[in-house]
Parts: sequence; C-alpha cells; structure tokens
Amino acid sequence: MNRLNTLFNTKKDNLLSIYYTAGYPALNTTVDIAEALEKAGADFLEVGFPYSDPVADGPTIQHSSEQALENGMTLNQLFEELKELRKRVSIPILLMGYFNPIVQYGVERFCKRAVELGVDGVIVPDLPMYEYEARYANYFIDNDLSNIFLVTPQTSEERIRKIDELSNSFIYLLSSSSITGGSLELTNSIEDYYKRIKAMELSNPTIIGFGISDHKTFEQACAYANGAIVGSKFVKLLAEDDYMGKIPAFIQSVKG
Amino acid sequence: MKYGVNEKGYYGDFGGAYIPEMLYPNVEELRQQYVNIINDEGFKAEFDDLLKNYVGRPSPLYHAKRYSEKYGANIFFKREDLNHTGSHKINNAIGQILLAKRLGKKRIIAETGAGQHGVATATVCALMGIECVVYMGEIDMARQAPNVSRMKMLGATVRPASSGSKTLKDATNEALRDWIGNPVDTHYIIGSVVGPYPYPDMVARFQSVISEETKKQLLEQTGNELPQYVLACVGGGSNAMGMFYHFLDDEDVKLVAVEAAGKGVNSGESAATTFLGQEGVLHGSRTILMQTPDGQVVEPYSISAGLDYPGIGPQHAHLFKVNRAQYTSITDDEALQAGLLCSQMEGIIPAIETAHALAQLEKMTFKPEDNVVICISGRGDKDLDTYIKYFNF
Repeated sequence: MNRLNTLFNTKKDNLLSIYYTAGYPALNTTVDIAEALEKAGADFLEVGFPYSDPVADGPTIQHSSEQALENGMTLNQLFEELKELRKRVSIPILLMGYFNPIVQYGVERFCKRAVELGVDGVIVPDLPMYEYEARYANYFIDNDLSNIFLVTPQTSEERIRKIDELSNSFIYLLSSSSITGGSLELTNSIEDYYKRIKAMELSNPTIIGFGISDHKTFEQACAYANGAIVGSKFVKLLAEDDYMGKIPAFIQSVKG
Repeated sequence: MKYGVNEKGYYGDFGGAYIPEMLYPNVEELRQQYVNIINDEGFKAEFDDLLKNYVGRPSPLYHAKRYSEKYGANIFFKREDLNHTGSHKINNAIGQILLAKRLGKKRIIAETGAGQHGVATATVCALMGIECVVYMGEIDMARQAPNVSRMKMLGATVRPASSGSKTLKDATNEALRDWIGNPVDTHYIIGSVVGPYPYPDMVARFQSVISEETKKQLLEQTGNELPQYVLACVGGGSNAMGMFYHFLDDEDVKLVAVEAAGKGVNSGESAATTFLGQEGVLHGSRTILMQTPDGQVVEPYSISAGLDYPGIGPQHAHLFKVNRAQYTSITDDEALQAGLLCSQMEGIIPAIETAHALAQLEKMTFKPEDNVVICISGRGDKDLDTYIKYFNF
C-alpha cells in the first residue's frame, strides 16, 4: 500500500492536489515547492515533467514546459532533484507527463527509479488504457507505482467500469473535454456528468481536474468527488516574484 | 496483406493509438466504422465518381523520354501533380470528407505543412459546404503564402500555430488540441499516414489509388504491371505509401523512400528521420522520430515545408525496420537542382517535396530494361518563390 492509498483511507473529502511543472520557473526548485505546498496544506501533488509537444495542455502549461526545457529540465535532472524528496516531504507525489520521455528512459527503468525516490503514482495522458494493459501494466504493478487514468464526460459507462478495475488509487475526472487551463462554468451538463459518476459508486476515489482555479470551483468539484486538482492557476503564480512566499495564501484561498 | 496493419492497430512494433482519453471516443468511432464505410458500395461509387470527375483521375503515367535517356532506364512519372489542387493530397481529403459526412460531422479541422493538404481539405469542405479550420505553422504560412491565400479564398479559416518550431508538427499539435475541445461534431482530416490508428491505414487506403492505377498503366504501356523500382519522397509518407501500397507484396519490386536531408544529414538541420531518429511515440503512434536522449522531439529542418516533419508514419517505420523499403535522403541543394533539371528536360516544374524523389535518380544505377516509377506528388507553383531566390531568376 503506497502513500496514496493511505491518504484516501484516512481522508475522504475536500482533498486538494496541486500540479506544477518541474524546472519552472528554475531548476532545483521541485522539492522546495513541494515542501512549501505540504506546509500550506495541500494533500498531494502532481509534478509535471516537461515535453516538447504537450497536446493535452493549454497555453499556461505549454509555456511552463517550454521554459523548463530551456532551463535544462530532463527526467535525469528531475530524478536528481527528487533524491531530497522523502527527506523533506511526506505527502503523496505523482509524476505527470507524456509518454515519449518515459519510452526513451525505458518504461521499466522509469517505474523502478520513480518508486525508489518515493514517487507514488504517474499520470500519462497519452498512454491510454488499451496500450497500458497490453504492453506496460506489469512494470507499474511490479513496482507498486499507481497509474492514474482519465475520464471525460464522453467516456462510456462500460469504459469507466474497466478503468475502475484497472485503477488502484484514484480516478482523474476531467471537468470537460478540453485542454488544461480552461475556465469552468458549472453547467447543468457538467453537473449531470458528476452526478452520473457519483451514482456509479466506483471502488476508487475520484478527483476532479481541469478548470479548477479557486475556492468556488474547488467547492463545486468537492461536492461530487473526493477532491480536486489545481494546475494552470498555480503555474501562473510561479511566474510571479516571491512565489514561494505566496504559496500559503494561495492554498488558503482555494481551500477557503 | 503481409505489411498491412494487424487487428490491434500495429505494423510490427509500430502504430497503436497513444491518445489522451479526451480523443478516445472520436478515434474509437473511426476505428469501428472506417472499414465498413470504405467498403460500402455507395461510398465507393461516390469516391470513385469524385476522383474521376472532380479530381481528374486516373492521373497519367508518363514515360519521361529524356529522363529515360539520361538515366539509362525507362523512367515513368506518376502525375499526381495534375490532380485538382495540384498534389496527391486531394485523394485522401475526398475520402475523409465523405467519411466525415457519413459520421454526421459538422466541422472539419486539418493541419498542413506546405499547404497542399490544407488546400485539398479547404477544397473538399467548399465542395460539401462544411466549415473548415486549417492549422498551419507560422513559418510555413510565410514560406507558402500562395497556399494560405488559396485556403482563404476557398472559405477556410487558417489559424497560425505559433508554438515550438512553428511548422508542421506544431500545426498537428494545435489541430489535436482543437479536436480535444470539440469531441462531438468535429472530424480531424489528418493529411498523412501518421497519427493514431486507424489514421495511418485509412489514409494509406485512400492514397492507394496511386499504385492501383500505376499497375494497370504499366501493364498497358510495358506489358508488365510490375516495375523494378518505385520511388517517392517521404515527410509523414502519404504519397509514398499510396505509391507503394499495391506493390508491397510484390517483393521483387524495389521500393525507395526519399527523406529530406536538409543542409546535410549530420548538419543539425535535417529532417532525415530514419537516419537521425529512434523509436518512440509521436502524434498518437509508436514510430521512429527525431528526438533528444531525453525524449524531446527535435525540431526538423528542410527547405521543403511538406517534408519538414520529425517523424514518419508507423507503416514506414515498419517497412524500414524489416528492410522492405530502402530509405535514403537528399539535401536541399540536390533537390532544388533536380527541380530545375526536371523543369528544363521534361517541362514539369515539380514541388520541392517531389524534387527530392527526382534527385534520388542521380544516385542510382539501372539496367537499360529497368522500369522505374517516380511519384510526382505535387506541382511546383507554390514553390516558385523558393526556386526564384535560389537560382536568382
């Protein structure tokens, strides 16, 4: 049982996760930011490793990825920085990024190294369920590294059931079919989708992401799921002066 | 077909559908329906009718006599440049717009490099009265300005892709992002044999008319439907796949795919994917792509916007790996010289993409009785500015 399972067993509501891109705004900040987020009250974190062609991301995360790559961020660099992680941070950590850098690193080697450094799970948007199951699942299972699947309003019930079966920590619900960084209006159709998922009584907890940016959208999401993820809005904060000093107030403003 | 796609969407180690969940319903809908739709008699009749009466097919197979003399073999040009809109791209655009109509889609998006696929897509959207948005890299919009104007005149919206290298791969990223945000009413007409399964197979089938006709024409003109050599240029690889398709199982036919070496394979400014790439995942399929040791996609370079792509289609990756086709590369300079030669010896100004395939002739030796087919994938009107600057006309 990894830290994610422990977290979801002890806390069922209003879980707040924060996404940020490793290497942005500068190298060697990954663990500092993680530590500050834990102190400020985030429940778990998603650390993005940048990719040159992030097709599921909007302008904010595209920009942070480009900047991180220019700064010299690589998987090797990230793993170097994460050597400090478990000395200073105890909340669960997921890595989030696209599949090609993992293929180049070696999928099995990546899973092993991530777990050695204290990473609990990964989110790889362009590694869908079928390809995962057919070719790569064993590497994740053998290393007790959770692989998180996405669900959108268009995902069929049958497929959601299958995703629930393959998941072992939580399911990532996308608020809408969109790239990251959009704004979220809680329309009737989104509410119906949240209700539909809730009524399915899935065995895994659900966390809502994409379009969650403030207390209002966080609260709306938490009414239907176990928690929510803030990404682009936090990445924007990292562009500001003294962003480290502003982290506690940011987390407070989202949690309310 | 020995070299065709298997039921899981793979060509050997390559292919698959590495797509975010947001694209799954769209791609799954295509996967379930494309073979039935393409094989439907009504679809075939409409497709064939448009290819004949709108595109102007069959395109001629022209015995290039002066080229034959120069290179010491029987050189045939498969004249895709004579198609409506000036390249092979229209074959696939017609096929996919008919498919999109049957799927009930109301809006079309496309990516384009040289603009040939964008023009073809804008054309078929005008023909069918469907909204069309084309994504094009900012740099490509500048170097292929006439095609941008053509798309606009045809009623399409052209949106610049201003991220990354501002060329074809970035236009593809933007089109994918658009599709993620419009998952129900929009069909994405991918222009090459790239992308998640079933695109590589679907586009190859629509382009396979090139080799289907070539076989018949060769039989008429030479008494044998099989040539010794078939040549085509490769960016993503759609004209090459169409040109190779019906020859794949005829193992005696040597297939030659010509990549863009840019300023030289080892110059750091190149798009010669099989020489510089490794296996990985790009735009939804497992294939060979140019990348850093960290798995970041390398920005390619070629003077030809249509070959300026860091990957190749998964079926090409497979043909390369199992040695069914030979992959070579031609530099900017070699291609431009070949474009000039073809203009002045055969009276045909080829697209710079096509000129890469023509330049390959210089590097080959033939027997006098060899029959050699080259796909003249597009005409050079769009490239006149580049030719003019290079040769100081």
